[in-house]
Amino acid sequence: MQKLRVKYARRGRLRFSSTRDFGRALERALRRAEVPMAFSAGFHPHPKISYANGAPTGTASEAEYFEISVTERVDADAVRAALDAALPDGLDVLEVVEAAPGALADRLEASAWEVVFRQTALADLEAAVDAYLDAAEAPVSRMFKTGMKTFDTRSAVVTMSAAAAADPSCAILRMVVRHTTPSVRPDDILTALRAVTALAPPVPPLVTRLAQGPLHDATAGVADPLAADKAAAGS
Amino acid sequence: MPGESIFPTLEPLLEQVSKPIQYVGGELNSTVKDWTVGGDHTVRWALMYPDAYEVGVPNQGSMILYEVLNERPDALAERTYSVWPDMEALMRAHAVPQFTVDGHRALGDFDLFGLSFSTELGYTNMLTALDLGGIPLHAIDRDDTHPVVIAGGHAAFNPETIADFIDAAIVGDGEEAVLMVTDVVAAWKRDGMPGGRVELLLRLARTGSVYVPRFYDVSYLPDGRIQRIAPNPAYPGVPWRVAKHTVMDLDAWPYPKQPLVPLAESVHERMSVEIFRGCTRGCRFCQAGMITRPVRERSITGIGEMVQRGLAATGFEEVGLLSLSSADHTEIGEVTKGLADRYESSKVGLSLPSTRVDAFNIDLANELTRNGRRSGLTFAPEGGSERIRKVINKMVTEDDLINTVAAAYGAGWRQVKLYFMCGLPTETDEDVLQIAELAKKVIETGRKVSGRNDIRCTVSIGGFVPKAHTPFQWAPQLGAQETDERLAKLRDAIRSDRRLGSSIGFRYHDGKPGIVEGLLSRGDRRVGRVIEAVWRDGGRFDGWSEHFSYERWMECAARELAPFGIDVDWYTTRGREESEVLPWDHIDSGLDKEWLWQDWLDAIDEVEVDDCRWTPCFDCGVCPQLGTEIQVGPTGKTLLPITVVGGSPLRERTPSHA
Ligand code: SF4
Repeated sequence: MQKLRVKYARRGRLRFSSTRDFGRALERALRRAEVPMAFSAGFHPHPKISYANGAPTGTASEAEYFEISVTERVDADAVRAALDAALPDGLDVLEVVEAAPGALADRLEASAWEVVFRQTALADLEAAVDAYLDAAEAPVSRMFKTGMKTFDTRSAVVTMSAAAAADPSCAILRMVVRHTTPSVRPDDILTALRAVTALAPPVPPLVTRLAQGPLHDATAGVADPLAADKAAAGS
Repeated sequence: MPGESIFPTLEPLLEQVSKPIQYVGGELNSTVKDWTVGGDHTVRWALMYPDAYEVGVPNQGSMILYEVLNERPDALAERTYSVWPDMEALMRAHAVPQFTVDGHRALGDFDLFGLSFSTELGYTNMLTALDLGGIPLHAIDRDDTHPVVIAGGHAAFNPETIADFIDAAIVGDGEEAVLMVTDVVAAWKRDGMPGGRVELLLRLARTGSVYVPRFYDVSYLPDGRIQRIAPNPAYPGVPWRVAKHTVMDLDAWPYPKQPLVPLAESVHERMSVEIFRGCTRGCRFCQAGMITRPVRERSITGIGEMVQRGLAATGFEEVGLLSLSSADHTEIGEVTKGLADRYESSKVGLSLPSTRVDAFNIDLANELTRNGRRSGLTFAPEGGSERIRKVINKMVTEDDLINTVAAAYGAGWRQVKLYFMCGLPTETDEDVLQIAELAKKVIETGRKVSGRNDIRCTVSIGGFVPKAHTPFQWAPQLGAQETDERLAKLRDAIRSDRRLGSSIGFRYHDGKPGIVEGLLSRGDRRVGRVIEAVWRDGGRFDGWSEHFSYERWMECAARELAPFGIDVDWYTTRGREESEVLPWDHIDSGLDKEWLWQDWLDAIDEVEVDDCRWTPCFDCGVCPQLGTEIQVGPTGKTLLPITVVGGSPLRERTPSHA
């Protein structure tokens, strides 16, 4: 049995697909690509797939991850190409590597996000960012299965900055957010931003996860979570 | 610009609605063609299944037409579905038109708008789509810039209730019909669109197989019945009766070749292959069986190829062998065994969605669940008493049923589901109470043969709605209240048995939706006003109990029908005489009205008729008209295993050290 780690992107209009939607599409794509999946035992065998920390429905992502087990040794690059071809456009397989020891989930410590505010002046966004970063706490409330919960978003935010976009009617927010429990989602932070200033974009902002992985405190950057696997495969 | 994507205006709304994925398209095997793919005379179809995306996207009929049309170089077809009320409200607020999910093009930009109605409960959804599409609701208010609205599907066999809203209706099999219509439209465009919309509709009507309501006049008798439906003499060449379309060789139409695989969850998470069309069992309540005659089988090899190609194109984990009565395929045993053998190792499951009661089916069911759990089997005796089963021509005796059930429990099945109807013609409380007796016998038998007490039986009951083009088209429908009372007695009869009652589940619907369905099924043009009033009052998604409002339908019907001196009862619970002109008499389903009437009389006399495939022909009228013999196998062929050489193509190549 071989275990593979897969990085994929969710782009364009397929950002509206949920993790469950992706799961169904993936199982079918694995069949079409003739990947020799390993199945669970029992009356209703399921392919052995584990998903890690999916981005919320409606957000695009350049860095989603899952693991699959296969019953015979496969060529990771061939799997990448075959799986990418078998998935709909917009669900794009970026990397496939053989898993080295160590849990993938443990390496996903933080995410880098990019948020495009349409019809928003850069100065307004900058003001909001400054106010947010100055705050000691930025609590929001959200509905959970167990009921309404109020939690702080500020402590999860490692960095945050505003930047100009190519299109002058837009402004860009970039941030690195630590994975916590309960998880602080980009929309939580947007809610908090709106609370500290009067920032009110007329259309919903476009959110993209650029990366997720180990958090390097020195640079406050997010590193490649598959680096260890690649190093092991290359040796 | 026509044909331009409206996605930029739609996108911001997607953030605010439930399940936005249903509006974005991009399904595996979907197609977006260039707007002018066929040059200036490109024929553009928008196809709609007028229900939610999750119900519409797996619909076989729509998928077939979508593919057949898109294979034509001079045509394109895109799909549109009903949007949920949350989306409808936003679309209205932001002036976003009804759109296709493929190219996100505005419905109003297309030449043709084809709707497939499997049930009448989609009519209000059609009005939503027209209205959101900026298309006038009434056909006579449309001009040359608007799409030609064409209805198809089983409900189109009585198109009269929607005659005001559609430009045309087509009955029967759609695949050849849409190509024929495309030819007519293409020729008319090449000719420079002479005479505009009316000329195009005339050309369609003159083919003899497209019904254009506006060319027909209806007159009424003082008592409200129809006096006459006849072509308006101002339009020469329009036929008195409109013929249905019948595809004779299913093997020549192996569609869908590339079934759509949606990202969103849908009601059928599987790939389907239609193994035959039609049914000759002759159950008298069954409109599908009557209007799809004769039986046309796909060959075992044709089925094998479609399964193989479809699985490769989709990656689905289950294949449904589709038809009205799947176990009736002449080679069903070989088909299921062959497929089960082929796909045993790849864990592809097989299912037969509709099957009849007989012992043979247990072997089939066992074959289908070779490696799986034997959870539940469904049988449809339809009628509780021997007598009522003779009335409906469901030729199953109680012994048949008990033997079959015994075989099922004996083979390890734990649960049996029995499907019945309530409100059948001539039915009394006694007939329905027999369902309880039958269910108790099923449990007793099951406990005996399995030696266990935890086996179960679920009784599921649907209300009978008389339909056009069946022997029961003249029958009075049972009222909603009477239906509910009868079902309450049955429920009490089941519950009161302390020893067996707890092993019997009971599921039923109340009688109200059936009355609305009955009104729409056997209504005439006057009912169109009711549909429109209900829609204007907010009626949407009538097939969904959380959206359906019986009270709204009854209030609107009372108001709109009063000027004609008729009411809902007149359409539903009233029996018809032989001489009455029925609203769908000018739609030719192939069945002789005299034959249907005779069969209705036989029903009242409790006389059964055999399946005409196995016994002499009863002259129902279908076969001579189509100039054909009923096509049945067997071909004697079998499915050979597909051999996979050398395992997965992705296998790691062992480096060769030469
Ligand atoms: S077996 Fe009877 S109920 Fe089933 S499709 Fe045929 S005619 Fe209809």
